[in-house]
Amino acid sequence: MNEHIHTTPEDEHDSAYSGLLVNDAHWAFGTDFEDPLAGVDTSIPDGVDAPVLAAYALMLGDDALVMSHRISEWTSNAPDLEDDIALSNIALDLLGQARLLLARAAKADASVVPALPEGSPAPPEDALAFFRDAHDFRNVRLAELVNGDFAEAVVRVLLFSVWRLATFERLRSSRDHVLAAVAAKGVKELAYHRDYSARWFVTLAQGTDESRRRLVAALDALWPLWPELFDTHAVEAAAAGAGVGVDPASVREAAEGVLDQVLAAADVPRPEAPRRAGVLGRTGRDGMHGEPLSLMLAEMQSVARAHPMGQW
Amino acid sequence: MTDQPTGGELSAEGGHGAVPLQGVPTGEGVPAPEPEWPLYEVFVRGKRGLNHVHVGSLHAADDRMALLHARDVYTRRNEGVSIWVVRADAITASSPDEKDPMFAPSGDKVYRHPTFYDIPDNVPHM
Repeated sequence: MNEHIHTTPEDEHDSAYSGLLVNDAHWAFGTDFEDPLAGVDTSIPDGVDAPVLAAYALMLGDDALVMSHRISEWTSNAPDLEDDIALSNIALDLLGQARLLLARAAKADASVVPALPEGSPAPPEDALAFFRDAHDFRNVRLAELVNGDFAEAVVRVLLFSVWRLATFERLRSSRDHVLAAVAAKGVKELAYHRDYSARWFVTLAQGTDESRRRLVAALDALWPLWPELFDTHAVEAAAAGAGVGVDPASVREAAEGVLDQVLAAADVPRPEAPRRAGVLGRTGRDGMHGEPLSLMLAEMQSVARAHPMGQW
Repeated sequence: MTDQPTGGELSAEGGHGAVPLQGVPTGEGVPAPEPEWPLYEVFVRGKRGLNHVHVGSLHAADDRMALLHARDVYTRRNEGVSIWVVRADAITASSPDEKDPMFAPSGDKVYRHPTFYDIPDNVPHM
């Protein structure tokens, strides 16, 4: 890792930044440029079905990947420079989680990785991100919606981070060392995402008539996809049963409790809109997605697919 | 273009030291910009740093938001363990007009510097 970190030999006492990167022991796992899981025990725990572990890691990884890409679309488009950077940071945090989780899926069960031409240097996590079609993605539908205004971004990040943080807090005790480590790292990131979005939620709700109108409209629009986050897919039930995953239904009470606190602080009533139905009962976890995901992936994947032998 | 600025019309806003507020040519006929969030100055203490060091400035609607923004803008590369933010308009700055009376008198008093001692290499922070 050392060769990737550059330090300048300037006077240590002149700059707040100097001397801070000389000892890189503080860099977490997942920052290695070659092997994202370097240093983590990737053996599969006893009694765990490898395909179940891989499918479960893909679900969590796809949530992060798709959400990250949508948030990254705010880069250069946020209302001001500071929030532009804040949203970009959130997108990068989620991209880091996605990379680890997709790498975990590939390591647990290589058969989930799309075949690439012989000799392609693309690592397995890249193959999963860039060479699967929409129906192979297992993300919840909340993550994939086309972006709206800033209030919509705030509400979406809030709903997503409240739910994901509640999940990761439990996932820290996963029997799978990788998932436990990803969760331990992710909890700190998600706690910040939740804090950032909750503060903006209250600020917009208590701001002007226009900011409140936009916030409430965004909440109403996204609310039908909130219940889907707590559905238990068969893979999630199996992963939870094996002690490596978290049953989404089990975090509902905790997540709703946190969300209610934010709504109360903002003086915004809980919406009453019914949940959005799946297609023949199938939702994002089943690979049933809306057109927006296909369009998003077309843009996100086009360069990698045009150059499967490319070295990035 | 008009009167030269005087010492009473200076501000530290912008993080570039004192700048004149009046008598500065601006885009004539260009409508005034929308009211902006207030400017904050950001100070970060590094892991091995002894004190908070000014690293830049940013805009935020209130103190707490300024802290969050400072975290996002100035500590993305693991620089800090502590952040201070302060509204720029709360800072009183010396003015360029006062430069000579403020600082020139110390220029020829070399005996005030501890340069006549040999400082061992292992004494830090000197």
